[in-house]
Amino acid sequence: MKTILKNISWRSWRVWQRNFDVYKATWKVNFIPPLLEPLLYLIAFGIGLGNLVPDVVYEGVKISYLKFIAPGLVATTIMNHGFFETTYASFVRMYFQKTYDAILSTPLMLEDVIFGEIIWGATKALMAGAIMLAIAFIWGLVSWQAGLIMLPIAFLTGLTFSSLGMCFTAIVKNIEMFNFPVFLFITPMFLFSGVFFPISSLPLWARYIAQALPLTFLVSVVRNISLGRFHQIQMLELVWLSSLALICTYLSLGLMKKRILK
Amino acid sequence: MNNLIVKAKGLSKAFGNLSAVDNIDFSVNQQECFGLLGPNGAGKTTTIKMISCFLESSSGKLEVLGKDAKTYPRFIKRNIGVCPQEDNLDPDLKVEDNLRVFARYFDIVGKVANERSEELLKFMGLLSKRKARIDELSSGMKHRLIIARSLLNKPELLILDEPTTGLDPQSRHQIWESLHKLKSEGTTILITTHYMEEASHLCDRILIMDKGKIIAEGSPKALIEKYMGEVVIEIASINQEIESFLKAKNLNYEKTQTHYFIYGNGLPNLWQEISRKFGEGSCSLRMANLEDVFLKLTGRELREL
Repeated sequence: MKTILKNISWRSWRVWQRNFDVYKATWKVNFIPPLLEPLLYLIAFGIGLGNLVPDVVYEGVKISYLKFIAPGLVATTIMNHGFFETTYASFVRMYFQKTYDAILSTPLMLEDVIFGEIIWGATKALMAGAIMLAIAFIWGLVSWQAGLIMLPIAFLTGLTFSSLGMCFTAIVKNIEMFNFPVFLFITPMFLFSGVFFPISSLPLWARYIAQALPLTFLVSVVRNISLGRFHQIQMLELVWLSSLALICTYLSLGLMKKRILK
Repeated sequence: MNNLIVKAKGLSKAFGNLSAVDNIDFSVNQQECFGLLGPNGAGKTTTIKMISCFLESSSGKLEVLGKDAKTYPRFIKRNIGVCPQEDNLDPDLKVEDNLRVFARYFDIVGKVANERSEELLKFMGLLSKRKARIDELSSGMKHRLIIARSLLNKPELLILDEPTTGLDPQSRHQIWESLHKLKSEGTTILITTHYMEEASHLCDRILIMDKGKIIAEGSPKALIEKYMGEVVIEIASINQEIESFLKAKNLNYEKTQTHYFIYGNGLPNLWQEISRKFGEGSCSLRMANLEDVFLKLTGRELREL
């Protein structure tokens, strides 16, 4: 434990700065996907499908379908941007651009690099989440108070998904192999974590599986906040997501050391 | 007293069962240009990666700038410059941003970083390319930019892994000149190369490695004297007649599929005799060089089969 964590330092910040510099240089391109994606989803599912679907009863509250799925889409955005940054984007930096090798010839250690990348992934999740929340606010789907509370949660849970992604980056042989976690893990989560329908409408066995998925917890947290409430169960869900972030960060550091410093 | 910049004792690195570097001892003196030569797979790059604290040794002791490499990697990395074999410039950033961002890893920021970057772009002849994207640079420019980048922290030790591989003669000579200048300013240089001409030109001292072990060490001149003698006669034809002549004369010669090589001192008379006997066209006399030493010590067989 000690040997894996001993080299993490404030220098991770330098890696974050590097990524932020690149982000700023191409911000127009970076801005469009997180802006368009939720808009398209809201239009397709909220308006298109929403006209067919009556109001939804969620944990005792009756809300419109659009209001029901908006928090789910915020959660999905956080997951996607955290996960995809530390998988595809990090893999390109590590494998094709040799950016990690270059940084390792400076006072930074591998632990700084990996930790900086994970923090950066969470930052991307936060930024995309913020854009999504702004749209939801303008649409009248989320109050600004709820939106503000969600921002730190977006960063915190962004860490969960970005550290999870980093674990896969440490073990895949080539970039095509990310198809496995995406289709076996991210897509099923998107569909079955309660984003589009309450988990309670699943059969019992499927409900058990859904209850084990990280996105289920995040959807529940975000949706409850958007309804203006925060129960003890949401606290537990956040604790679980934070613990998962710690476990995955630790795991990814160990796996990366094996991969790069073998 | 000589300050030792690198001191390795019993240094080894194993990858699984493969022993990449096998119990080597050597040291690099201050303001020296030290060359690591060897065929592919000899362990040069692994050695360099241990010195630059990229890899940890499996056993043995390694001190860089007077500090233990395992205990003080950050200190060492802060005070050395590393030019890797492959291009690892940041393609997401422009030329000057590559330097600015890299300087920041060393906590060199703001005006100091900008001045230092400009100075180094000038030094490596890249000032006109400061706003260029990395993929707009030729491979010679990329090599030069990598060297500029490795100098941002004013390193005491500069490590270059095959810095001129694949470059045109102009680029190569420009890099050599820069290295000469750095050395005269007090920088210690550790270099690996496959070009013997480069090693002879730059290095004060050379280490020849093969299969993870050191097989020869010394100045280029001393190595040539020790293993080859002054001159070499090359005969570009193979036949029994020549061979029995060489055997009868009891000469130090080597036979390849197409050539005989005769090594020794004061061979001009012999050269004239051979030319007369076996035809001038196929026989030449030249100075012995480092490549002769290298091939003699490491053999002529291809590696990586």
